Amino acid sequence: MDPSRKRKTRLVVALAAAVLLAAALVYTSFNTSSEAVDPGRLMASAVVGRSYELTGKVANDSVSRSGRTMEFRVRDREGAASVPVRYTGAVPDPFREGREVIITVRKEGAVFVGEKDSLVTKCPSKYETAGETPS
Amino acid sequence: MEGLGRACLVLALLVALYGVGASVYGARARRREWVASGRRAVYAVFALAAVAFGVLEYAFLTSDFSFTVVATHSSTTTPWYYQAAAAWSSQEGSLLLWLLLLSMWSSLVLFITRRRMRDVTPYATACLLVFAGFFAALLVFSASPFAVTATPVAEGTGLQPLLRNPGMLAHPVFLYSGYTLFTIPFAFAVGALIVRRVDAEWIAATRRFALAAWLFLGIGVLLGSRWSYTELGWGGYWAWDPVENASLLPWLTGTAFLHSVMIQERRGMLKVWNASLILGTGILAILGTFLVRSGILDSIHAFGASTLGVPFVVFIGVLILGSAYLVVSRQDALRAEHRLDSLLSREAVFLFNNIVLVALTFVILFLTFFPLIAEALTGTKRAIGPPVFDKFAVPLTLVLVLLSGIGPVIAWRKANAENVRRNFRLPIAAGVVALLALAPFTYEKPLALLMFAAGAFVLGTIGQEFWRGVGARRAMTSESAPVALVSLVGRNRRRYGGYTIHAGMALLFVGVAASSAFQDATDERLSPGQTVSISGYDVTYERPTGELLVRNGRLERLEFGAVLVVRKDGERVGTLRPNRGYYPTNTPNAPIRAAFEGEATSEVALDAGLRQDIWTAVSPELAVLDTEIRNRDSVLVAAAQKAGTNLDPVRFAQLRRVYFEQILKRYTDNPPPATFRLIVSPMVTWIWLGAILTFFGGLIALWPAARGDRAVSRATAGYASRVARELGRA
Repeated sequence: MDPSRKRKTRLVVALAAAVLLAAALVYTSFNTSSEAVDPGRLMASAVVGRSYELTGKVANDSVSRSGRTMEFRVRDREGAASVPVRYTGAVPDPFREGREVIITVRKEGAVFVGEKDSLVTKCPSKYETAGETPS
Repeated sequence: MEGLGRACLVLALLVALYGVGASVYGARARRREWVASGRRAVYAVFALAAVAFGVLEYAFLTSDFSFTVVATHSSTTTPWYYQAAAAWSSQEGSLLLWLLLLSMWSSLVLFITRRRMRDVTPYATACLLVFAGFFAALLVFSASPFAVTATPVAEGTGLQPLLRNPGMLAHPVFLYSGYTLFTIPFAFAVGALIVRRVDAEWIAATRRFALAAWLFLGIGVLLGSRWSYTELGWGGYWAWDPVENASLLPWLTGTAFLHSVMIQERRGMLKVWNASLILGTGILAILGTFLVRSGILDSIHAFGASTLGVPFVVFIGVLILGSAYLVVSRQDALRAEHRLDSLLSREAVFLFNNIVLVALTFVILFLTFFPLIAEALTGTKRAIGPPVFDKFAVPLTLVLVLLSGIGPVIAWRKANAENVRRNFRLPIAAGVVALLALAPFTYEKPLALLMFAAGAFVLGTIGQEFWRGVGARRAMTSESAPVALVSLVGRNRRRYGGYTIHAGMALLFVGVAASSAFQDATDERLSPGQTVSISGYDVTYERPTGELLVRNGRLERLEFGAVLVVRKDGERVGTLRPNRGYYPTNTPNAPIRAAFEGEATSEVALDAGLRQDIWTAVSPELAVLDTEIRNRDSVLVAAAQKAGTNLDPVRFAQLRRVYFEQILKRYTDNPPPATFRLIVSPMVTWIWLGAILTFFGGLIALWPAARGDRAVSRATAGYASRVARELGRA
């Protein structure tokens, strides 16, 4: 095969591989991703069995524990709408009322059940102890 | 003091602006004194940043709470080494550390190259000062670390408990060193492109800095990974968090660059690719800094709300547009001197390695930004988890590991059958033996099994190269094997440093494959005396522990912990002591309750070994202490009311201390159940050993050659680049 044709073939193969990878990436990411929602939207449109990434704040006076299982409500960052969440497993250190959390949930009856190890607590910042004034 | 700090930053900004002007004018007008003045501006920025950083550190170490940043990030009960590290725990302090490191590395490279590449360095100087000016401007106008308050508080908030980890002392410093060091080859590439001097000399002049950037960033990433491994809720040693990914991206493209520059140095190929790679790496380093500060993506490692997003987006936009313009407009000068002779050659393997590394970078970049991309395309924000990252990253990494075994031994230009037979017979045999031996135990995880085989193949090729090298040297010099090994490595540092890096990476990925594929985890609620079984181990909750830590006469931390005994086949093999710490405030009349409502951190217990790690964290159930806490708080409130303005702070502090000790005693005497997370992960230690070997290899490659060798090498590189330049002009 002459060198220029060889180069063209290599280029076509490389481009085809790149296009395939990109297509697989886009397809997989849209198919395996879960909708990121706030409590207000989740309450209005949740479908049983489908998973959602819920983002909001842990409502005050809503946390209760029973053995390894914890129940709490997640409310909108700015609003009052909230949904009940049941979570079993280890809880990250910064978790507490008023803190922002991200958790993957599925609707089961009237409750949203958190997926194992999906609870992430956002510190107000790991660097700034916002909302807390020095004594 | 704050006035001195502020003045230093304003001066640093002005000097950086002056230096940009002086360097560019000096280069265009061919006025050496202006070029030298521009270079001295870099030294001056370094000196000013060092003084400003010194002022900030002094404020932290002396607990000067008139500085807002000290009051909100430190306290008198914070140990002194964490007080020092607290300086860069704040947004403002971390930006100042960035400026300090950038100006320090810039000064070093400009001092070393002050008599070389006189046409390129002025533009590189200007570029480095643009970076310095940007960060100085942020510090002057948006995030001053020297803001003060007229009424200083008596006690600071203290360093975030999650940051009280040895990782905080080194991880940010190494990470920022890596980021800032990558701006050096970036700046020299910009200079080389501007003056169209795109031979290998700018690469030779900055290669050590690119390697140092790669090394420092890699150490930073690994230190962060180790830190994350020992925190509850941070997802183990790698969680594909946006901030973690942001630090990995420039490291991947930097790795590609370090490989592809060898082809440009040796054969004058891949010039466009190399220029694009290092420009992209520099931009990704800034992107990493931006991601931590912008809040545009959800991350547990990001700073809080910040106004720095817009300036960073504008700056990154300018860098992308400028880089693209330079590469496109210099296409003619970047033409390759040779073409690829064969796909069965070292050049082709290096090129393939580059393509895979860039593909991996693209995949991670796309998936990291996917929530924003999905929102822009569909109007709905979507989230993806680690399994999606794994789906693409694992096969690509497998290919990379295989290539890291092929690259070092395949011939340049074109490999023949004899070369392939001679160099690959034994390593392939090692890979096949590993595959067959491990298949019966690991066939359910085929990707992990393939990684073990690939690891054995790489260790086979590297081991064979060392064996042959030592053998040849012994034949020539009659040295003993250890002496021959040391001489061999000493005389070919770049080559054998690279081999050591490849061996380290193979170990690291074998550890990653084993620990992620065969991990066993459970959450158990246990009372003292109860036992749980996991991965063949029986773990018994033997007894609770409670301790009050006092520093400088003040309460620092209350620890509620547990002693767990680990047995295998009835025999005691280890003891684990996890605990959870609570941080009381030291205000005299603060309620006891406040200590339990504030931040708390889990101290993980780890029984690490070559075969597996047993990891555990404890969550004590403190609800049973509610009555005790309430009763004592009532006494404190009554006493405070009775004392009124005559409240004796010392007496109150003593009383609170006694109450905390009583509460701890109540916990240990009548322990409630506690919840334990137990994880058994095989071969995690191999990750850290692989990392140490990798960075040891990096140090070997980075270590300067003996003076004589260096002179010869520099003369050869200079001559080669001059000849290449002349040929290019001809």
